[in-house]
Amino acid sequence: MNAVRPAFLALLLGTAALVVPAQAETIEVTIDRLAYAPAAIEAKVGDEIEWINKDALVHTATVNGGAEVLLPAKKSGRLLLQEPGSFDYICRYHPNMKGHVTVRP
Amino acid sequence: MTIRLTTVAAAIALSLGGNWVLAGDKPTDPQIAHIAYTAGVLDVEAAKQAIATSKNKAVVEFAESMVRDHESVNKQALDLVKKLNVTPEDNDTSKALSQAAETKRSELAKLTGADFDKAYVENEVAYHKQVNGALETLLIPSAQNAELKSLLETGLKLFQGHQQHAEHVATELK
Repeated sequence: MNAVRPAFLALLLGTAALVVPAQAETIEVTIDRLAYAPAAIEAKVGDEIEWINKDALVHTATVNGGAEVLLPAKKSGRLLLQEPGSFDYICRYHPNMKGHVTVRP
Repeated sequence: MTIRLTTVAAAIALSLGGNWVLAGDKPTDPQIAHIAYTAGVLDVEAAKQAIATSKNKAVVEFAESMVRDHESVNKQALDLVKKLNVTPEDNDTSKALSQAAETKRSELAKLTGADFDKAYVENEVAYHKQVNGALETLLIPSAQNAELKSLLETGLKLFQGHQQHAEHVATELK
């Protein structure tokens, strides 16, 4: 009887792993001296990006014609990734700051 | 390299219509600090004129970001010179920059509406281009103190961003 329970549990867990999507993650991007690091990230739908602005300057993470996250000086901001795709983003105030996000389904 | 620096200094002196640091002479750290600080102050003043005059949202937002960024960098610069015990030293380049800015301010004061917006933003593009050129070719290479050099390098990246932002606003105004 004791041997059956763990097996049953393993079966349950195995099934659960198939049904429940992988856990959403938070991906950190640091901004230091006008650069996003890492500049390119990969994520999946449901993940969040957290930009940590270490500069004493206001920045943004702005997708052309899309989402914009305002990043006050020495503060951070988050974005929930809701759609798959490949996006370039910039800082609206300093367009020489460039980043890229690839979002898998 | 000497020839190039001299040419650049001469070109800047010409475009300022005044005296850049004497051709061939490298500015000292106290002079560099003064030039960089002055360049920031002048751009903040220009931005305040734009905020008071312009009714264009993109122009006002750009000007507000100039005030914010240049004040922030100049605060860092002041903290640094204090820490390094350096007294910024007035010089011909700072004086020429101030003179040129005053002339531009009077010119802009005669304009309103779209004419003002266009002239202000175009001058911002030109001004940042000029300051970036000076940073790249003269001020950064001449800086002796590593922390000052590093702050100037960050400043260059920031002002290059401003130049692109100004170019973007200029395109929107067309």
